[in-house]
Amino acid sequence: MAAVQETVDRVRRIDVDQYRYGFETLIESDKAPKGLSEDTVRFISAKKNEPAWMLEWRLEAYRRWLTMTEPKWARVDYPTIDYQDLYYYSAPKPKKTIGSLDEIDPEILETYKKLGIPLREVEVLEGVVRPEGERRIAVDAVFDSVSVATTFQKELKQAGVIFMPISEAIREHPELVRKYLGTVVPTSDNYFATLNSAVFSDGSFVYVPPGVRCPMELSTYFRINERNTGQFERTLIIADKGAYVSYLEGCTAPQRDENQLHAAVVELVTHDDAEIKYSTVQNWYPGNSEGKGGIYNFVTKRGDCRGNNSKISWTQVETGSAITWKYPSCILRGDNSRGEFYSIAISNGHQQVDSGTKMIHLGKNTTSRIISKGIAAGVSQNTYRGLVTAHRKATGARNFTACDSLLIGDKCGAHTVPYIEAKNSSALFEHEATTSKISEDVLFYCVQRGLSQEEAVGLVVNGFVKDVLQQLPMEFAVEAQKLISISLEGSVG
Amino acid sequence: MSLLEVKNLQVRVEEREILHGLSLTVNPGEIHAIMGPNGSGKSTLSHVIAGKPGYEVTGGEILFKGENLLEMSPDQRSAKGVFLAFQYPVEIPGVATMTFLRTALNAQRKARGESEFSTPDFLKKVRRVAASLNIPQDMLRRGVNVGFSGGEKKRNEVLQMALFEPSLCILDEMDSGLDIDALRVAADGVNALRSPDRAMVVITHYQRLLNYIVPDFVHVMSKGKVVKSGGKELALELETSGYAQFEDAA
Ligand SMILES: Nc1ncnc2c1ncn2[C@@H]1O[C@H](COP(=O)(O)OP(=O)(O)OP(=O)(O)O)[C@@H](O)[C@H]1O
Ligand SMILES: [Mg+2]
Repeated sequence: MAAVQETVDRVRRIDVDQYRYGFETLIESDKAPKGLSEDTVRFISAKKNEPAWMLEWRLEAYRRWLTMTEPKWARVDYPTIDYQDLYYYSAPKPKKTIGSLDEIDPEILETYKKLGIPLREVEVLEGVVRPEGERRIAVDAVFDSVSVATTFQKELKQAGVIFMPISEAIREHPELVRKYLGTVVPTSDNYFATLNSAVFSDGSFVYVPPGVRCPMELSTYFRINERNTGQFERTLIIADKGAYVSYLEGCTAPQRDENQLHAAVVELVTHDDAEIKYSTVQNWYPGNSEGKGGIYNFVTKRGDCRGNNSKISWTQVETGSAITWKYPSCILRGDNSRGEFYSIAISNGHQQVDSGTKMIHLGKNTTSRIISKGIAAGVSQNTYRGLVTAHRKATGARNFTACDSLLIGDKCGAHTVPYIEAKNSSALFEHEATTSKISEDVLFYCVQRGLSQEEAVGLVVNGFVKDVLQQLPMEFAVEAQKLISISLEGSVG
Repeated sequence: MSLLEVKNLQVRVEEREILHGLSLTVNPGEIHAIMGPNGSGKSTLSHVIAGKPGYEVTGGEILFKGENLLEMSPDQRSAKGVFLAFQYPVEIPGVATMTFLRTALNAQRKARGESEFSTPDFLKKVRRVAASLNIPQDMLRRGVNVGFSGGEKKRNEVLQMALFEPSLCILDEMDSGLDIDALRVAADGVNALRSPDRAMVVITHYQRLLNYIVPDFVHVMSKGKVVKSGGKELALELETSGYAQFEDAA
């Protein structure tokens, strides 16, 4: 049998039912009635004890959403979503009001433990001693629709950093939330963002005051648990003048036969000389080997480099979800501002990924860099979609884009769709793209030296994505490396 | 017991028979040279022994340490001690040579039920072997074979051979593309690995390599078969008279 044929056959036998995080946590939850109406929006707002202005904001978004239609331009294909057949709010029923970590439902803590998520304050409380100099991470854990724990509050407070569930921020820092919410992704932006604006239930809020370098990595872990529940988080991060923050986002969900909807909105704002580094390791349940179940991930992420010399950097490792529709973008408004997008998108089995970025150059001497690595295996489809534009006034705008795709087997597809638009003649945009197949000779070289077929694929792919992995904070890079190997299990051999 | 026994091996590639009943017996401690014209099936033989996909064995068998080698996956064969130094070593971008060596060595050890090497022990071992082969440390930090010269690639193969300590080493044209000095260094490396319980099969077109790595047996392959076997003097004979005399025998 020819080598290529062998790979094809192996790919046919593919089994992606190895999702590690597919367990369900049995806890009581408090849900809004199924379906979406003004009443659902009011219910959520009331549950959160929101001020009147917030409810108005939501209702306006809801009314607008009713007039919109779902976008169909992405290279993804899925059955029509019945928005009336979803729950829009689900909260773990609190045993009592949560004051500290040890009052959280032990089932939820157990879940995070299984996920390997460092709610390290737990350890601190238990007196676990960690080696000197090890970096600590403050974690905000979001379970279904609500935030269950935010760690290291005291230390962050001392530094003046606000890091809390957005539902709390709406009550405690209404002036900040009102000033920034919806200013990067307006309520009318797109179908999914508008839906999110109407029904978002929680997410993280970060404010780093002028001149402050956030003393630790901030992290949010999103977990969808309830059946038929949409998760609509809203994240808002502001780095004031000269501030710096690095934020990590991780996501998992249990294995389900039905598809679950996830439509988040993330807004980032940097003022003069500020920097936000936003990293994501997305590992939502991708569906089984027949393409059943999995998360529909329709996310709007956008950063606004509002100030001069400011910088926003997106790094993403996308391995999960049945469908990914996601374009983390940068609006380079301030002069000399810089946007970066580093992406690894892996699709296996029946997954469909349509992801990329937009770099909108508005200010003078703005620069952007896009490094995208797409890996397609199984019968998956992997599309990079990118837009780089320079406004009339964006003198000296520079972009460098490199898109590399790697195919494993010949039943999958990789596509590159770059749009480039320069209205200023001094703009300089460079674009490079390659597509290659994983080489049988390279794989054989590795197995001859003792690696299993799967280890060989993992090693070659990790080599392929190295430039992007290096952009991740250390702990995340190691995690991501393992995740990449796991998500390609069964793609060959 | 013989280390390797190839019996009446018949192999096809894409419906075409390449090996037509080839036999070869190799005992521990021996060095066998295989010579033969281009396209006679030397690399094919080495690939089939190592388990490369794409070859169909239609007849015969291969025993390794008395076990049926053809039933084992390539990585199992590697863990059991089969090593193939490739005629054309591939490049693996983004994977540091050091990482590769360690991953491979530990994978083999794990398959054999042995403990993994600790980082300091591993580093010590690699440094010692690399130094003996004139391989600079910075080469080990680069991607596997990426931007290596032809000679460096071949030395990297010998380095892996020394590190993995296999019981059967098949060297497919390790002399091609090497200058005289590089050849001597690589050959010295190979000779240092000679031992009573390790055997080598050296595939080459040139008698010159056999001046450095002196074989116990020389086999001539033609059209998918071994057509003549003898001692090291057979190589000298070939150097003067060429392969023409064996064409009919095949
Ligand atoms: N994948 C393949 N598809 C078709 N024919 C092949 C394939 N691999 C090898 N062959 C053929 O098998 C024959 C033997 O090739 P092989 O590479 O084993 O020869 P060799 O003795 O190693 O030659 P050289 O001295 O040039 O390295 C050749 O005719 C070659 O064209
Ligand atoms: Mg050959």
